[in-house]
Amino acid sequence: MENTNGKKPPLLEVRNLHTAFKTDKGEVRAVNGVSYVLEEGHSLGIVGESGSGKSVSAYSIMQILDSNGHITEGQILFKGEDITHYSQKQMQEFRGKHCAMIFQDPMTSLNPVYTVGNQITEAIRIHSDKSKEEAKANAIKMLEMVGINDAERRMKQYPHELSGGMRQRVMIAMALVMEPSILIADEPTTALDVTIQAQILELMLDLQKKLNMAIIIVTHDLGVIAQMSDEIVVMYGGRICERGTAEDIFYNPCHEYTKGLLRSIPSTSNMKKKLVPIAGTPINLLNMPKGCAFCSRCDSAMKICLTQVPDELRIDKTHLASCWMNVKNGTYMKEEA
Amino acid sequence: MGRYVFKRILLALVSIFIICLITFFAMNAIPGGPFNSEKALSAATKAALEARYNLDKPVHIQFILYMRNLLHGDFGVSLKTGREISTTLSSCFKVSARLGLTAAVFAIIFGIILGALAALFRNRWPDRIIVFFTTLFTAMPSFVFATLLLLVFCIELKVLPVFDASSRSYILPVIALMAYPMAYVTRLTKTSMLDALNQDYVRTARAKGVPMVSVIFKHALRNALIPVITYVGPMLAYILTGSLVVENIFTIGGLGQQFVKAISNRDYPLIMATTIFLAVVMVICNLLSDIAYKIVDPRITLD
Ligand SMILES: Nc1ncnc2c1ncn2[C@@H]1O[C@H](COP(=O)(O)OP(=O)(O)O)[C@@H](O)[C@H]1O
Ligand SMILES: [Mg+2]
Repeated sequence: MENTNGKKPPLLEVRNLHTAFKTDKGEVRAVNGVSYVLEEGHSLGIVGESGSGKSVSAYSIMQILDSNGHITEGQILFKGEDITHYSQKQMQEFRGKHCAMIFQDPMTSLNPVYTVGNQITEAIRIHSDKSKEEAKANAIKMLEMVGINDAERRMKQYPHELSGGMRQRVMIAMALVMEPSILIADEPTTALDVTIQAQILELMLDLQKKLNMAIIIVTHDLGVIAQMSDEIVVMYGGRICERGTAEDIFYNPCHEYTKGLLRSIPSTSNMKKKLVPIAGTPINLLNMPKGCAFCSRCDSAMKICLTQVPDELRIDKTHLASCWMNVKNGTYMKEEA
Repeated sequence: MGRYVFKRILLALVSIFIICLITFFAMNAIPGGPFNSEKALSAATKAALEARYNLDKPVHIQFILYMRNLLHGDFGVSLKTGREISTTLSSCFKVSARLGLTAAVFAIIFGIILGALAALFRNRWPDRIIVFFTTLFTAMPSFVFATLLLLVFCIELKVLPVFDASSRSYILPVIALMAYPMAYVTRLTKTSMLDALNQDYVRTARAKGVPMVSVIFKHALRNALIPVITYVGPMLAYILTGSLVVENIFTIGGLGQQFVKAISNRDYPLIMATTIFLAVVMVICNLLSDIAYKIVDPRITLD
């Protein structure tokens, strides 16, 4: 699909996304104006503490929010087409076929009462008119592709008969049977043992190349996405604070929140230093402040931070940050008009 | 599986033996006997009758004799009518089984449908109506409900017959008997359906593009039914005991009525036979419900 000026639209573009949940206590504003672009075959990492709206922003793309949640503003463009207005039926086609998703806890994400084979072939049969046998052969091929031995036997097993790592492989196989152009992975390794984590990440990288698919990887663990993402966005309070390449984020963090995150995780650069968690408690989404969401926990907060969120300030070609400190220190480039 | 069933049957035989033991001694301990009711019999006739039915012997000897006959498949004869107990039981059983099974099947089917609806329409009017009636049916004792039904439909409105063994006359007793278990199944299904709909695997199913109908029926409901199936055993127990009351109110000549009559007549062999029969039915129902449990939930291992 080409738009008017002949330029091919990006694979996925999220524009000013707002998502809120209606609750007894009021409206929980989980996502407050998130925008990003995902190009074909590229990968985007979304990081932030737990509760910063990462999962909700991902579920919004798939429209699999809890029933009290709604996209209240913004657009999600898939190959230039806004999918937020899709009908139920169009959405069902989009899910699984064009965009697939894997989740945090492989122990609970597979249905305990159906066999692995049943669940994978279901995904195939929904989106194609393959016969049972063809779907089965396809599923077995996919299981082998994600590194499961003895796939034929595994097909007949129930999820509880497999280990955690194996189940996540099954989830990946199930997500990728239709060769979607986007895979959204929501904390895909958080629930796994450290050794298994590395294997699963490697598998995802390998499949990304093989199938030329784009990946959105959501995690609270900066270490996980450092090696995986072409671009990283840092989220807090449902907003993006900073975005850039892994190098930008790790070696030149320009938002106080990102700096805090970096101090709180072990990495090669702070190996000998003490890890310090970010002080204070995450923000109350029922009552979003007017200024910067991180303000109340920020050691360098200034007066202006209380009342105004800065636009994304350009640090360099790939790097943007919404922090007044860059204005104070003059560490940003004035955009040419 | 085979070994499990075998083990369960052995255990069942032990429990049935214990039930026999307790019932036998308990019924002999209640004052009165089969031959000292209405018209007084002469001392000689009574002694002769008691001798004939071994009632003059010590209770433990009577028990041994009874169990020996039982092992030969001989339930004895009714002390009141003199008829073979096995024939009485089998004709009564047909009536009771028809009543009980109909009630059980309807209770489960309607309970599951209503429970699923209540979950899907949570906090909207279908849910509220269902909650109202389930609360009512769980709170009201079956004898009150049965009497009310009888009063309204047979006596006031005269739209349904008092029990005459026709199919139509089963309607009210079935309703009276199924009200409580149906309400219970509804509540159980609703709770577990709400729980299932919030599970990660439901989100996975939606994320892979499964249509809503399949998400609800294939992915959520199948899981939601697991607790319902574990209730089937206790539900049948409720229906068995419930039918004692309901059969008497509607004067249905089933096992329940027979049992109550046997007790008030001190018809010892009939009491024993009915008890054993009900115990066997109960054991079979529980076994079947456990096997069904295994079938819907592959995580369960029976041993
Ligand atoms: N169904 C819901 N109802 C109300 N609030 C919700 C609901 N789902 C998520 N939220 C809120 O949205 C916020 C963001 O959640 P989430 O995106 O899951 O965070 P994370 O970044 O850890 O993935 C949280 O504060 C959470 O409480
Ligand atoms: Mg999350």
